[in-house]
Amino acid sequence: MSAGPADPGRARGAGVGGGAGRDGWEAVIGLEIHVQLSTRTKMFCGCEVTFGEPPNTHVCPVCLGHPGVLPVTNEKAVEYATRIALALDCRIAKRTIFHRKNYFYPDLPKAYQISQYDLPLGVGGHLDVERDDGSILRVGITRVHLEEDAGKLVHAGGASGRIDGADYSLVDFNRGGTPLVEIVSEPDISTPDEARACVMQLRNLVEQLGVSDVNMEEGSLRCDANVSVRRPGDPFGTKTELKNMNSFRFLQRGLEAEIERQIAALESGERIVQETVHFDPATGTVSTLRSKEEAHDYRYFPEPDLPPIELADAFVERVRASLPELPAARKERLMAQYGLSSKEAGLLAANKPLGDYFEGLAAAAGDVRTSANWVLGDFSAHLNAAGLEVAQSPVTVDRLAELLGLVSRGTLSGKMAKEVFEAMAGTGKPAGEIVAEKGLGQISDAGELEAIVVRLVAANPGPAEEFRRGRERVLGFFVGQVMKETRGQANPQLVNELLRRHLGGPGG
Amino acid sequence: MISRQEVEHVARLARLRFEEDELTRLQPELGRIIDYVRQLAELDLSGLEPTSHAVPLKNVLRADEPVPGLSQEEATGNGPDVERGQFVVPRIA
Repeated sequence: MSAGPADPGRARGAGVGGGAGRDGWEAVIGLEIHVQLSTRTKMFCGCEVTFGEPPNTHVCPVCLGHPGVLPVTNEKAVEYATRIALALDCRIAKRTIFHRKNYFYPDLPKAYQISQYDLPLGVGGHLDVERDDGSILRVGITRVHLEEDAGKLVHAGGASGRIDGADYSLVDFNRGGTPLVEIVSEPDISTPDEARACVMQLRNLVEQLGVSDVNMEEGSLRCDANVSVRRPGDPFGTKTELKNMNSFRFLQRGLEAEIERQIAALESGERIVQETVHFDPATGTVSTLRSKEEAHDYRYFPEPDLPPIELADAFVERVRASLPELPAARKERLMAQYGLSSKEAGLLAANKPLGDYFEGLAAAAGDVRTSANWVLGDFSAHLNAAGLEVAQSPVTVDRLAELLGLVSRGTLSGKMAKEVFEAMAGTGKPAGEIVAEKGLGQISDAGELEAIVVRLVAANPGPAEEFRRGRERVLGFFVGQVMKETRGQANPQLVNELLRRHLGGPGG
Repeated sequence: MISRQEVEHVARLARLRFEEDELTRLQPELGRIIDYVRQLAELDLSGLEPTSHAVPLKNVLRADEPVPGLSQEEATGNGPDVERGQFVVPRIA
């Protein structure tokens, strides 16, 4: 007997058509999301968790799978996983254990991954996802469990750098053993749009928990999807597992391509095989990787080297109490406390820095309505246009509050304020400086305006007399004259008041 | 009794390749081993929790503090083939 090679995966390209959800078909999608925890050290050893370091420089006998070593669980990873499970409204297991998931792959030095099986840390949660049209989809969370990441493979030689053409592969175990939380959803999702919205929502949530960098491009948030299609009302069809879509766009496009492939196959009388499918963003097509039947015989058994974890109620309650305000709760509070619409509150709650910015501005500027309009309007537009995060904008809360103060004190009109804002965003200068430089600013000095008004009234006795006899619209003529003299910078409200006083009211 | 198909399946999972005559020999051998262990199934275990661990330990946890590991040279020193600090493995089929 001799060691044989793995069964070769069948590579099969499939064309993509247009959108998903063709006539008379519906898709059923469940997600498996892996979140790399931002602990300092790995799941079962004291090696530092790093990114982009020289290969095999953050490794030890434990994460290299040397014989005779003992893994020891990182308590911070247990706490972080508990945070995620609680934030998803899961029940926390009183007793949870690790299992060995057995399979051969060169990125897995022990030939098993330490994971969890029938006693995961959390079960039975949910996540409320806002669809693009503002309606809510409740996605069930089947389970939340802890496991370790594999090493990184680089395929060398060949033309493409892809696995199929490679001559050999290189293995770096720096990532091996990094703590992962796997979140498994119920198959409650029916469109690629909903799937994208769900992963975005989950990313925002985990980000707010402060337990991961949740960066899809760097792989600290990874998403696989179980996909099947059926005629509405039929039982579930055979599912495939779509792997490793490393951006929101690829997630959506990958799902669209796979749904289209399955529908086309079924319509031409083929059967769907339960297997793993890989989306290639370069071609927009999906291809199958390896026979899932074989790959899924993992022969799980309890990890004898890791004693069970029993989480005391006191621990769970302490973690629960330490959770930040979560998006759903914040949305409710923003609506109740500030009278924001559901849509406004939803946008601010989904983006923690933006929500913090709004609340800071409302406190500093004192006007909730104006603050909300600015944050969701000009400020958000500026961030999008410049591709900036809230913290990267030169227009800090204090600076925008200063600008709003100039408006509320009548120094700037709303229209001028927008102009000043653009200059603030573009130059990084504070509002006062820009107003001074541009010679902007309304003339709100009553003395200065009064002199102009007195002079104009005296110079136009005819129209003044008409106004006194009741021709109200003559006032517009005088306002126009004042604006002409001040190059449009007079405070209109003050001008009105002064004119009425000096013209004398109709019949007065 | 373990079937021929099961023997082939287990061999594939273990990445072992057998000749026909070896499979013919292994099938009854494995069957006898399984039958021997199956004696345990005759015990009445109703009302007992499955045992996952034989040692009465729980919550053995480690603080999230880095400790030094191996250097790249030490880590890859036993590798039969190493390129730029990485282990070289055969082409993945």
